[in-house]
Amino acid sequence: MSAVEELASQAPAVQAVPKRAMTLSSGTAFVVVLLLLIVPLFAKNFVIFQLTQLLYYGLAVLALNILTGGSGQFSLGQSAFYAIGAYTSAILMEQYDVNYALTLPIAGIICFAAGFLFGQPALRLSGVYLALATFALATAMPQLLKLGFFEKWTGGVQGQVVTKPDAPFGLPMSQDMWLYYFTLAVTIAIYIFSVNLLRSRSGRAFMAIRDNEIAASAMGINVSLYKTLAFGVSAGITGVAGGLGAIAVQFVAPDSFTITLAIQLFLGMVVGGVGWLPGSFIGAAFIIFVPNIAESISKGLSGAVFGVLLFLVIFLVPHGARQVAMVGQQLLERARKR
Amino acid sequence: MTALLNVKDLRAYYGQVQALHSLSFSLNEGSLTTLLGANGAGKTTTLRAICNMVRTTGTIEFDGRPLTSRSTENIVSLGIAHVPQGRGTFTTLTVEENLQLGAYTRNDKATIASDIERMYAYFPKLKERHTQQAGTLSGGEQQMLAVARALMLRPRLMLLDEPSFGLAPLIVRDLFKILGQINREEKVSLLVVEQNAQLALELADQAYVIETGRIVMAGGAKEISNDENVRKSYLGY
Amino acid sequence: MELFTNQVLAGIATGAIYACMALAVVMIYQAIDHLNFAQGEMAMFSTFVSWQLLQWGLPYWAAFLLTLAFSFAGGIAIERILFKPLAKAPILTQVAGFIALFSIINSCAGLIWDFTIKQYPTPFGSAPFLGSQLISTHQAGMIGITVLLLIGLYVFFQYTRVGLAMRAAASVPESARLVGINTSWMIALGWGMAAAIGSIAGMLIAPVVFLEPNMMGGVLIYGFAAAVLGGLTSPFGAVVGGFLVGIFENLAGTYIPGVGNELKLPIALALIITVLVVKPAGLFGRHIVKRV
Repeated sequence: MSAVEELASQAPAVQAVPKRAMTLSSGTAFVVVLLLLIVPLFAKNFVIFQLTQLLYYGLAVLALNILTGGSGQFSLGQSAFYAIGAYTSAILMEQYDVNYALTLPIAGIICFAAGFLFGQPALRLSGVYLALATFALATAMPQLLKLGFFEKWTGGVQGQVVTKPDAPFGLPMSQDMWLYYFTLAVTIAIYIFSVNLLRSRSGRAFMAIRDNEIAASAMGINVSLYKTLAFGVSAGITGVAGGLGAIAVQFVAPDSFTITLAIQLFLGMVVGGVGWLPGSFIGAAFIIFVPNIAESISKGLSGAVFGVLLFLVIFLVPHGARQVAMVGQQLLERARKR
Repeated sequence: MTALLNVKDLRAYYGQVQALHSLSFSLNEGSLTTLLGANGAGKTTTLRAICNMVRTTGTIEFDGRPLTSRSTENIVSLGIAHVPQGRGTFTTLTVEENLQLGAYTRNDKATIASDIERMYAYFPKLKERHTQQAGTLSGGEQQMLAVARALMLRPRLMLLDEPSFGLAPLIVRDLFKILGQINREEKVSLLVVEQNAQLALELADQAYVIETGRIVMAGGAKEISNDENVRKSYLGY
Repeated sequence: MELFTNQVLAGIATGAIYACMALAVVMIYQAIDHLNFAQGEMAMFSTFVSWQLLQWGLPYWAAFLLTLAFSFAGGIAIERILFKPLAKAPILTQVAGFIALFSIINSCAGLIWDFTIKQYPTPFGSAPFLGSQLISTHQAGMIGITVLLLIGLYVFFQYTRVGLAMRAAASVPESARLVGINTSWMIALGWGMAAAIGSIAGMLIAPVVFLEPNMMGGVLIYGFAAAVLGGLTSPFGAVVGGFLVGIFENLAGTYIPGVGNELKLPIALALIITVLVVKPAGLFGRHIVKRV
């Protein structure tokens, strides 16, 4: 087989996304951040809670996006890392009295290590096989958390209640609002880190591996290192998201972290656009709000309505929100030229 | 002689990019025609356009029947065999299964079996390896398999996309000899796209030179290879 | 030792379920090159249809055959209506489509037939098979049908024109079109066949796990695992994989302390992954030779 055919027959599972197309322009980013800062001031507590949820789910989707959109590896096991992060925060806060803000980096580091280690055997696997391996991880996690051996820390099947932190320095805002701004700050920090990561040397290595692993290794990229690194970073961010989730929901239990969560994160990535980081938050909005919408349309058939809505989205925009953004940008440019 | 293939005002597009600009040419029954040109001139696109594998406008007629509105499968069943660039081997299937697939549109079991034997006579290497997974063949063997598979259709017209690509010069010689033989003995018209202009002109009787999606030269293969200006400016030898 | 033999036998009995499902998985994998997450739900829906036919008083085998035809047509219809338009979409988008289909079928079945557990008859009876308490006649019958199905598929793929064409379309679609194969319909045919085989699996499994909209969740996962273990491209491998997964699962439950029902699945999967790390193409998968 010739080299040409090899390239043609090995179309990467994930479509190539140019680096610059992965992020937002600075103008748009400014408007978005401004909106995120202002809106909660005029919203009810429940809405603020939902926005917080949007942010930390968005982070978890972003993490998957770095793994899949960035390095071309597929994972159905994100719920496991999310669970590890959530439990790390919960246990540290409740049993060791660690400040909630400090638990997050610890959760991130533990998950990074877990992801990096899991990435080692996963190196030998790709495509469906990797999906199955990560899937196994996702199904095992809730069962492991229920084990009697860990019950002293995890609280077993019952789970563990987490106390919501108050706003510091006597700031006059509700717990929900404080938590929102705290989450927003963490989210922006991680988002900036991710954008820079993908623009860095490592990010280019990820993308080279995604687009053509053989060519990447021929260029001297340490494929094993970068693949496991991508797993580690992705797991680390997911862990932080999990920690934030635990604090926001004020409760962790094994059955909140089943494969369903991993599938939701996956759907979020697809709807947002694989490889487009800002899309992660649009995808998160989809997985948070669309099931509610489906429920309100028909209680008995909410699953079917959700499925139909999902089909509509992927029929209209098979490349997710990224496609909408790109079309929008083209229209804008055309308008400017006139 | 009547024109077997008639192409008029053919334009082809990849997305927004236009690859062929009003291409017109024709090919006679029984002829061996070559399409020459540099990288990116549109040779492969022309062949793909004939089999309706790119978006086109214009007319393509095969034996008086328009092709542009037909699907690829349907065009093949009219008797046009396309040996794609990179050979398109069914790598996971055996050599013999590859040959059987070549005759997919035919329904005559007995003659299919005898045709397979005939292919083994042309290409004895394939017989040696007939139970082997086709992906394990060498590049030259795969090219032979691709030609044999195309012949299994009992085509009236065979389109070959860079048959010499990636092969050792000696193997290319052999292959071209067989192509000439096929043209003479099996009465198959050939349209060969080549970068190796010298070799292709030795083999062919008609030639077209194509540049950035336009035909810039047409004529007998001998005349073209004798015209020093053409050789220098378009064919580079 | 007797405990061991008995557990292996019991594993083979449950393995037959997985083997049957794995065959359907391999079928769709051949046609579309990835796993269909909604396959279990399609099988579940078919099984409900057969149950409905039985309720209306049809004899077992008539209902069986009618369901087979219904599933075949249904599989083709799903491909034509929902997945053909997505053919050019990225793979991950198609996977999202499978999840959507899963959700739709599950929800519809729940609405039509509700979520209560229903008994489902077996045509083979449930007496002990050859005096063994571990394998019932139903399970023996199931193994028999699985093996028959396997032979049928083997003959179909190896010795028929359409079977060869389906393999060609799966191998290199563009070349398949260039020899005159209508690859689009080959995919639809693959969906139809997978749906039909899935319905057989569903109807054979239902007497064991009982009929309800969520009956296939676990089974499909084991079916995937079995198919992957067997190499995804080989129907024979899928069946062997199915039996192996059944045996793994039973032995893990018996011999590893502290493994309740709930950890059986992760442990079985972990074992499979270990196998895959050593043999990435599965036990019987055709190793695709790549020349770079």
